[in-house]
Amino acid sequence: MIVAELKPFDEIMAMLAGSRKVLVLGCGSCVTVCLSGGQKQAEELASLIRLRSQQTGMDITVDVDCITRQCDKEFFDNFKFDPRGYDAVVSLACGVGVGFMSREMPDLRILPGLNTTFYGANTAPGEWKEFCHGCGDCVLAWTGGICPIARCSKSLINGTCGGTNGGKCEVKPEMDCAWLLIYQRLRELGKLDEYRKIRPARDWRKDRGSGVRRLSRQELSQIDEEPRQ
Amino acid sequence: MTEPVSNLQSQLDSGKFVVTGEIGPPKGVNVDKCLHEAEAYLKNSVAAVNVTDIQTAVMRTGSMAVSHLLVSKGIEPVYQMVTRDRNRLALQSDLLSAYVLGVRNVLALTGDHVAMGDHPAAKPVYDLDSVSLLAAITNLEAGRDMGLDTKGNPNQLDGAPRFFKGACVTPCAEEVEPQIIKLEKKIEAGAQFIQTQAVYDPAAFEKFMNRISHLKAPVLVGIVMLKTAGMAKYMNSSVPGVNVPDAIIKRMADAAKEDRQKVSIEICGELVAKMKHCCQGAHLMTLGWDHCVPEIVKAAGL
Ligand code: SF4
Repeated sequence: MIVAELKPFDEIMAMLAGSRKVLVLGCGSCVTVCLSGGQKQAEELASLIRLRSQQTGMDITVDVDCITRQCDKEFFDNFKFDPRGYDAVVSLACGVGVGFMSREMPDLRILPGLNTTFYGANTAPGEWKEFCHGCGDCVLAWTGGICPIARCSKSLINGTCGGTNGGKCEVKPEMDCAWLLIYQRLRELGKLDEYRKIRPARDWRKDRGSGVRRLSRQELSQIDEEPRQ
Repeated sequence: MTEPVSNLQSQLDSGKFVVTGEIGPPKGVNVDKCLHEAEAYLKNSVAAVNVTDIQTAVMRTGSMAVSHLLVSKGIEPVYQMVTRDRNRLALQSDLLSAYVLGVRNVLALTGDHVAMGDHPAAKPVYDLDSVSLLAAITNLEAGRDMGLDTKGNPNQLDGAPRFFKGACVTPCAEEVEPQIIKLEKKIEAGAQFIQTQAVYDPAAFEKFMNRISHLKAPVLVGIVMLKTAGMAKYMNSSVPGVNVPDAIIKRMADAAKEDRQKVSIEICGELVAKMKHCCQGAHLMTLGWDHCVPEIVKAAGL
């Protein structure tokens, strides 16, 4: 899922300076699952904004709404409050939701309430870890399912650097060395030959090297024009 | 065998036990001190002098400029190059530039992460890693760069460089097999000599050397001069793959302040003497105590 966390409250309040009517808009997908931007967090943020507004005489009215996915137009029919009636919408979606809503509703001021952090999974109560970087050229087949692009601090592809220390990465003692994990996994799987192969320099165009990425699939472009089921 | 491109290469080819030293460029433009020390103490006692490349990610004068200044003083540099700060365009261009400035030995390294240094907010590059950097150097030597022309063929260079290419390894890492496999890849990609991370345990080093006996590249064992017992303890706790035995720490701790340097020289000399039968050279990292190098060489009985 896409993992995100709430922005510092003061930063959100600074964005709201001058706004009188605010909608806090949750998103029912990834950010609901990672407990940062669902209905519940939207209500909590709205209460905090109301409280601060009262304390400081900002006089902001706040409503709360939540739709299934802010990155999908299909769900824009499900607003309980029409976002067009607000000076600002604080979106608790990931950056995709904020960006997509801004594109689809260009007259509105859609503000990010979250910092979108990474593609990750819940690994322990209250802990999420990064698993994928979205590099566009998946290597997991030869790394035992452990991503060196996302989980090695240097995104190395030919094995461990000299900084690996007691199974930890040189960058932070609480961070596992991804390459040591990859080595151990490949050894267990009897696939160390995968480690032995020289991996050529990566083509970063598939990452962000050649600008904004776009996926176009010919076979679907026609279907897309028909009304959705 | 092709003609050696450097004095370091020809000395290693000749089977002689070779010593290399190291200098770190200053943070600032006052390079005179490090050049003076290289000239006064290293020139006549080592085969070549490594010049570190923004060592430990602490911003300073670059290794290419200082390598070139060494060349102009008749001292052979080993130009260290890390992949942390430059992408493949800059790395290949710097290799050509270094070559035209007279540099012939290159040591390809990944480089400490920016988080370790004094600009932790910098964007780390790591477009290449040490293996693909070595492959890139080998490629330049063949007259090509990493790019393709409009027909999809490799770009041809107008004049190809030739380097003596080095790599590093950590012999006393807790898990040594992943280090060895990576070393094999570095050699396959073109590494011709190896300088190691600091070693203080001759028995562990000999074991490592036996495990890599299938690799033909000469190995220069790395030794970092200890300045105090505290530094040794710090290295044990914080420098990956470095293990200073208690006996050595005790010798440093027992030495009176004015004797520390002497004791440190003895320790280095003994370490080299104990390990020289199983490797082809020693890389002395003196951390500013460059004037000790001639005495270490003497203490090692070289
Ligand atoms: S210590 Fe491991 S995870 Fe950290 S940069 Fe080096 S190889 Fe990557």
